[in-house]
Amino acid sequence: MKGSNKLEELVILSGKGGTGKTTLTSAFAALSDSLVLADCDVDAADLHLILNPTIVKREPFVEGNEAIVDPKLCTGCGYSANFCRFDAFRKEDDGTYSIDTIRCEGCGVCVRLCPASAIKFEERHCGHWMVSKTRFGTLVHAHLQAAGENSGKLVTLVRKEARKIALEEGKKLLLVDGPPGIGCPVISSVTGADKVVLVTEPSLSGLHDLERVSRLAANFEIPVYVCVNKADIAPKLTKEIEKSVKESDNKFVGTIPYDEALVQAQIKGLSPMEYLSAAGRNHIEKLWENIWETN
Amino acid sequence: MKIAIASGKGGTGKTFFSVNLAHSLDRELLLLDCDVEEPNVNLFLKGELVEQRDSTLLVPQVDLDLCDGCRVCADFCQFNAIAVIRGVPLIFEDLCHGCGGCTLFCPQKAMDDTPHKIGVISHYHKGKISLIEGRLDVGKALAVPVIRDVKGDKEVAKHPLVILDAPPGTSCPVVWSLSGCDLAILVTEGTPFGLHDLKLAVETVREVGIPFGVVVNRDGLGDERVVTYCQEENIPVVGKIPNDREIATLYAQGKIVVDELPHYRALFTQIWENIASLAKGGRYERVQ
Ligand code: SF4
Ligand code: SF4
Repeated sequence: MKGSNKLEELVILSGKGGTGKTTLTSAFAALSDSLVLADCDVDAADLHLILNPTIVKREPFVEGNEAIVDPKLCTGCGYSANFCRFDAFRKEDDGTYSIDTIRCEGCGVCVRLCPASAIKFEERHCGHWMVSKTRFGTLVHAHLQAAGENSGKLVTLVRKEARKIALEEGKKLLLVDGPPGIGCPVISSVTGADKVVLVTEPSLSGLHDLERVSRLAANFEIPVYVCVNKADIAPKLTKEIEKSVKESDNKFVGTIPYDEALVQAQIKGLSPMEYLSAAGRNHIEKLWENIWETN
Repeated sequence: MKIAIASGKGGTGKTFFSVNLAHSLDRELLLLDCDVEEPNVNLFLKGELVEQRDSTLLVPQVDLDLCDGCRVCADFCQFNAIAVIRGVPLIFEDLCHGCGGCTLFCPQKAMDDTPHKIGVISHYHKGKISLIEGRLDVGKALAVPVIRDVKGDKEVAKHPLVILDAPPGTSCPVVWSLSGCDLAILVTEGTPFGLHDLKLAVETVREVGIPFGVVVNRDGLGDERVVTYCQEENIPVVGKIPNDREIATLYAQGKIVVDELPHYRALFTQIWENIASLAKGGRYERVQ
C-alpha cells in the first residue's frame, strides 16, 4: 500500500468462524488512514457493531426467482412435483400443492411443466445492502434475509460497490471482512482480490480449516498472509502452524495473545486500537506492518 | 429424535458442544457433520473410517451428435450454467444446481444427466458413536447438495437418536440442515457479536419452524445481554458452559473435555436432561 497509488484490496478470512476475523478487521480499519470497508460476511455481519455506521443509502437485493403455486388454479395433479429435485412440494389438506420457498432453488422446471399453468415464477427478495459512514471510512454492508440464499452474488455486489466508492474517494485500501467457510460466498469474496489475510487459532480445527482455505486461495493465486490469534492457548500448535506456513508459499505475519480485553473492546463497541493497552496494540501493529512489508 | 446443533456465528463452540454431548450420553447414537465446508467432528471423535463414497450432483452432458444447437437448454437454465457458443453448448458444472431442466426440455434429447463429484461422504465409527461426515471439495461452490446427501443417507433412519452439527450462518445450508429436525440447540456466547448472531439464528430457526433452546458457551466472558434477550423472547436457556481456559486448551489439542474433566460430564448430562424435556415439550428447571 505504502508509496503506491493503486487501490489494494485485502480480504480477511478465517475458514472456521470465531477466530477474531471481524475484531482484526476493525483493528486494521483503525490503522489505515485511507480506506473503504466492505462487510462480506453477509450471513452474520458483525462489523457494524463496532463501526456504529450511519446509513446513507439502502437498496433491496433481489436474486433469482421462486416458484409459487396459485391454489385457485392448482388442480392437484401432482405432475410437476415429480420432477422437483429439491423436494420442495408439499401436499395441502385440500388436495392442492404448495412449494416450500426455503427449499425451492428457483430452477423453474415445475413452472414450465405445470399443465394448469398454476405456478408463478416471482423475483426473490433476499435482503438489502447499505452504504454507511463510519469513523474509519465508508462501509458497504448487507443484510441477508433469514433463510435466504447466499450464492455469493450479494458478496460480489458489496465488493463491487465498495470498490467503486474507494476509487471515487481516491482511497488506497479496500478492506474486506470475509465470510467463513470455503463455499460460494468465500469464492466470491476472494476472486480478483490482491491479498488474503487468514486469521486462525491454534487448535486442531483451526489448523484443518486453515489448510482448506489456503488451498482455496492458492487456486486464485492470491498471496496469503497468516496470523494466529489466541496464540498462547496452545503454544506448541502455534509453532506448528508457523512452521507449516513458512514451508508453504504463504507468509507468516505474527501472533496475537489471548486477551479478554478484546471482548471488553467489543462490548464497548470499540476497535481494539481504541481500547487495548500499548502492549496489546503492539501485536496488531506488528502484524499490519508485516503484511505490507513482506511484499 | 433428531437434534440439530447450530449457531449464527461460527466459532461459538458448536462442534465442541455436539461432540461432548455425544460422548457424555454413553448410548448408541449417530452424529451428522453437516458443516461440509469445514467438517471438524472427526478431528475430535477420531473414529475409524468404515465407508466412503463420493457426493455427486447430476449435471448434464451433451451428445454433440444429437445436439442441433437450438439453445433451448441455455435459455432455460436459471443459473447461467450453459452457454451455447458457435452452436455448441458449454456446461459450467460449478454453476449447475442439478435441476435436470435442460435434460428434460432438450428437444433433441441430446442431454444426459451424469454424476459430477462435489464432495465426499464418510462413515466413521467409535464405541457407541457413529458419524456420517459430508465434506465439500475445495473449489466447489454448492454446499447444500452435500448436506442433502448426508441427511439422506440410509443409515440415518436406523438411528433413534441423531445429533446433527449444522453449518454456521443463517442461509440455505443452515436451513437444509435444520429442516426435518425435531429440535435445534443454538450455541452462542455472551459477547455483542454472539448476541447479534444469535438473533439472526433465532430468526432462521423460527422460519424453519422447529422448537429450539440456547446454550451459552464461555459463560462469564462478556456480559449478561444474551441471557436477558433469551428471557425477553421466552427462549429456554438449556445450559451454560463456563469460560474455562482448561476447556480451550483441551479443545485446541482435539481432546474430549467430558472424558478429561469429569465435572463437565455431569454438566453435559444435566444439559441433556434439559434438552430431552424440551424435546418432549415438557418443563424443566431453568438453568441459573
Ligand atoms: S437444448 Fe439440446 S439440442 Fe438445443 S442446444 Fe441444448 S443440448 Fe443442443
Ligand atoms: S441441470 Fe438445471 S442448473 Fe444444471 S445446467 Fe441444466 S438447467 Fe442449468
